Amino acid sequence: MTSGLARTGVIRPDPKDPSPLRIDEVLVRKMLVLFIRDEIAKARLRRAVVGVSGGVDSAVTVALATEALGPANVLGLFTPYRTSSGESHDHALELSKKFGFALEEVPITEQVDAYFAGVKEKVDKVRVGNKMARERKSIEYDRSWPDGIVLGTSNKTELLLGYGTQFGDMACGINPVGDLYKTQLRELALSIGIPERIVRKPPTAELWEGQTDEGELGFTYADADLVLYHMVDRRLRPAELVEHGFDAQLVTRIRELVRRNHYKRVMPLIAKLSLRTIGHDFLYPRDWEAD
Amino acid sequence: MSIRIAVAQCAPALGAVKRNLDMHMKWIARAKTAGARLVVFPELSLTGYYLKDLAADVACAADDPQLLPIAEASRELDISAGFVERSADAKLHIAQGHWSSGKLVHIHRKVYLPTYGIFDDGRYFGPGDRFDTYRWAGGTTGVAICEDLWHVSTPYLYAAAGATIVLAPSASPGRGVAEGGDLGTAESCRLMDRFYASYLTVYVVYVNRVGHEDGIAFWGGSEIVAPDGTVAARAPEFDEDLLIGEIDPELVARERARNPLLRDEREDIVLRNIAGRLGLPFDRRD
Repeated sequence: MTSGLARTGVIRPDPKDPSPLRIDEVLVRKMLVLFIRDEIAKARLRRAVVGVSGGVDSAVTVALATEALGPANVLGLFTPYRTSSGESHDHALELSKKFGFALEEVPITEQVDAYFAGVKEKVDKVRVGNKMARERKSIEYDRSWPDGIVLGTSNKTELLLGYGTQFGDMACGINPVGDLYKTQLRELALSIGIPERIVRKPPTAELWEGQTDEGELGFTYADADLVLYHMVDRRLRPAELVEHGFDAQLVTRIRELVRRNHYKRVMPLIAKLSLRTIGHDFLYPRDWEAD
Repeated sequence: MSIRIAVAQCAPALGAVKRNLDMHMKWIARAKTAGARLVVFPELSLTGYYLKDLAADVACAADDPQLLPIAEASRELDISAGFVERSADAKLHIAQGHWSSGKLVHIHRKVYLPTYGIFDDGRYFGPGDRFDTYRWAGGTTGVAICEDLWHVSTPYLYAAAGATIVLAPSASPGRGVAEGGDLGTAESCRLMDRFYASYLTVYVVYVNRVGHEDGIAFWGGSEIVAPDGTVAARAPEFDEDLLIGEIDPELVARERARNPLLRDEREDIVLRNIAGRLGLPFDRRD
């Protein structure tokens, strides 16, 4: 770690300066490995299950899990649909070889297609995508029984934008990467040895052919992350960001996505009736009496 | 003649008082083996920190029988440990007790209860209302529980009242991972410890815990900073550690001779200034 004196000067919101997003990868790696180890032990479990898509988010998650628990206690699940690319498969396999965890392939084409074969109306591709995400997660949960936990792979950018399927890819027991923006996660990925071709390829949920995150969102992660950083981490109001030169349309759009999708980030609402209600005024920590 | 003290940088379990008591006994035994006269545990060491509704479940009076093992163990060496105190009028406090020769000799109730950001102390606890010093073999001492230390007036009041040691039991969550610095929280705490130690010419004994509670990591990094501003001992970050260090009254005397800031301190001006602003009566007695 460098000297505390190294950080001088003020962090200013500047659309041309991505440096505030830089992280201390060594420190972050240490904190996340300890988080995985400690919180899994507190849940009285010993294994981790990670959906390995071949993308950078799950690559980082599974690599940290192998470091925390040992490769023998980590199961990677590659769950292709017929639209999944061969490249994703190769990348998942490459990660399994490099980090030493077992990788199982469980295709989901049959069950997803069988379900929609029985649906009469025209099905929007978003519905198919959501179904795939939930199908995958149900397999991860199944394979986690009886002594494993499902690790989340949703990063902070996705979580804030709500760019994920509720109870699908967003579902997990614990999430080690949810406080890292995509840009930061890529930086961490390179420092822990995730191959550059996995880190640099365009992010995609592969829910339909040709889908890319940035194409669908209409902005780049680099731009979104900087806006989110100043808006969320540094608490600047949208108007202040625009004053500092950020694109007004981008700022408005991002702010609206964050607001509109907040429901995905919180527990379902429970109607308050009694004198003491779960989530409202029955407030116990999750690590209740856990070692 | 310096006095050896130990800091138990441990990871209490949340809401499991019995298990935490057993854990304390192990650290006390280790501190004794190391020749320490005092072992200091972090904030809420007997209960865990993010208690929420558990606070009421684990609360007990300062003389509750469940704390007897700590009192008993203090026949061997002094013990400073944290618990949830239920006062006689049934208020809950974040408390740090000091046990010596089988008795509770001092109790400090956390005055400043952070209730913002990741903190919710004020929802579950009532504030303490005093900063009293007390004496033990190591010298005159004041206790600043976590947020107490962040208020400049706390160590100031202790030093003004004659303390040469400020014990700062904490449960500090680690956050701030920007490149080009230390862990954000560590940087702030170290700045505080060194500043207070140097400018108040006291020993600052910063006692932080480790481990996780609901995804939040406590970062450790406990340290003993001497009145000359040097770090006499420092524990690693994030790992459990029994930190051993010496409190040297001679060093306090030397520093205060060299740098008599406390001797020259004008408490009367401070008091007149504050009293005037608050419209309180103040008689200067020369």
